[in-house]
Amino acid sequence: MREISYREALREALIEEMRRDDSVFILGEEIAKYGGALGVTKGLLDEFGPYRVIDTPISESALVGAGVGAALMGMRPVVEIMFNDLLTLCMDHIVNSAAKVSYVHDGQASCPLVVRTAHGGLRWGVDASQSLEAWFVHVPGLKVVVPSTPYDAKGLLKTAIRDPDPVIFFEPKALYDVVGLVPDDDYTVPFGVADVKRKGNDVTIVAFGALVVKALAATQKLALKGIDAEVIDPRTLTPLDKGAILDSVRKTGRLVIAHDAVKTGGMGAEIAAIVAEEGLGYLKAPVKRVANPDVPVAFSPPLQEFILPQEEDLLEAVENLMACA
Amino acid sequence: MELTDEDLREMYRLMVLCRRFEERAVQWWREGRVAEGLLPGVGQEAVGVGSCYGLRGGDYVLPSLRTRAAFFVRGVPLREQVAAMCGKGTAAYRGKTTSHHAGYPEFGVLVGTSLVGSSIAVAVGAALAMKLQKRDNVVIDFFGDGAANRGDFHEAINLAAIFKLPTVFVCENNLYNMWVPTSSTMAIVDIADRAGGYGIPGMVVDGQDVIAVHEAVQEATKRARAGSGPTLIECKTYRYFPHHPSMKEDRPVAEIERWRARDPIRILERRLLGEGTITEEEIERMKREIDNDVEEALRYAEESPYPDPETALQHVYVQPWGGG
Repeated sequence: MREISYREALREALIEEMRRDDSVFILGEEIAKYGGALGVTKGLLDEFGPYRVIDTPISESALVGAGVGAALMGMRPVVEIMFNDLLTLCMDHIVNSAAKVSYVHDGQASCPLVVRTAHGGLRWGVDASQSLEAWFVHVPGLKVVVPSTPYDAKGLLKTAIRDPDPVIFFEPKALYDVVGLVPDDDYTVPFGVADVKRKGNDVTIVAFGALVVKALAATQKLALKGIDAEVIDPRTLTPLDKGAILDSVRKTGRLVIAHDAVKTGGMGAEIAAIVAEEGLGYLKAPVKRVANPDVPVAFSPPLQEFILPQEEDLLEAVENLMACA
Repeated sequence: MELTDEDLREMYRLMVLCRRFEERAVQWWREGRVAEGLLPGVGQEAVGVGSCYGLRGGDYVLPSLRTRAAFFVRGVPLREQVAAMCGKGTAAYRGKTTSHHAGYPEFGVLVGTSLVGSSIAVAVGAALAMKLQKRDNVVIDFFGDGAANRGDFHEAINLAAIFKLPTVFVCENNLYNMWVPTSSTMAIVDIADRAGGYGIPGMVVDGQDVIAVHEAVQEATKRARAGSGPTLIECKTYRYFPHHPSMKEDRPVAEIERWRARDPIRILERRLLGEGTITEEEIERMKREIDNDVEEALRYAEESPYPDPETALQHVYVQPWGGG
């Protein structure tokens, strides 16, 4: 085990998978010579050369469409789309070209495409701070991954690359420099298996992406107040480990869902609905969602701070729930 | 490629097959006997047949919504196509998709979507894979004049040009979108003129002359296989039917007549008869066989059961859970 950053963990995953399998190649804007706008692909061009590490023009739509075409021919392309806000430019190929390959071939063909993209707020303005993962959870045929730690990032990216279906892989911008322990040897993290980041008995916090770190910090303060919080990180939104969430809520009776994304129509809404449908009897209090208000993420630092969910918002939500009889 | 008499007869047969099939399919749809309302490319047969004839195993094509010919030339069976048009359980994909958007990798046809122009980028990606896999195969991508105005046309052709990918872009310019004449959707006349903007060769070809189409595409595939990159071939052609069988005809009668006078099947037929490559009797026998096969395919499809509705929930993913 050694401590590496989230960014380095992703890079290691790419390098190891590209060494392991010649059909894996990466493409995107500024990923080769520059090493990626957010630094993930640094050094890959030197090791793997320009046929496997490809700089492209600013052509998000064609880039993802080409990824689909290459995947249909047995390659395993990993496309980098700088920010998830730019996925708006390639929705056709994600939703119409990639997501339906297995279905329209009745399972006889596959599209092993990975689209890696950064999401979340980090002072880059309203159109570079969004978290749009919920849109993709709504499209059957896609898998949606949001790792919160270096360990999860490396293991999940390897799984994503080996997966036969199209995967949209969200990397919280705020986490690239976060360090964590990662094994030295080859390992993967399966899809559809949530990680209990902290065991507890009084309240379940389901958090993913950048909110996992804030949730864990909040649990420390909660512990001082005698509140024992459990933190469940689903890690993959599709497939979603709803069993783990329901098991936890059955135990605690209280649920807070926290994410850095707009509240209305966010993933929290889906999880809350699942618990209402399949675990209503477990609940001692209403489900609470801690998320961005329904506004774009403003640029000015204090505005952004106000919009993005903070530790205080989580503490307040949990304390409200604990106050319910 | 040198076309033998055998080749010429086969190209003729394929165009006739296309024509007879589509004419019947339109009737079947009107009679409520097939679920898929096909968008007939009757009149455009030479473009698909000329382009796809003589491709090698390992080459791939992406048909446009008018290139029914691509499926026939590449060998996708009649029964399969009609079963798929009816959404029956005997179709390869058990009704999950229409006949025209189905992909048949074993026949070298890549899956499409119904979005006009979206095939271009997918074709370029397939060609990129061929280059990375060091194959000397090519991808033929078909699209119409309307698709040439999509943003993807620009992005994808530019990608193919800079990476010198083995793609041949065949634009079937039939002068109309659905209703709207192409002339009001662009400030130029020849879509082939756009090729220069990407640094690739572009040419205009008589889309009613199957030999001319064939020669242009073969030349382009030679360039592609040699690593010289893509070509844009604009075939001037025309469809005799409205966009969809439910629509009434709105185009000038004189214009339709003018194009019918340059019917691609009759052009080749006159040449073959004149050169003695085929006889009238052989043509009649050919048409009878084709008509029998087409009717048999419908019978097969009509007698086939529908898939169990529960199958609608299957195969959304190749691997629904786990992995890693």
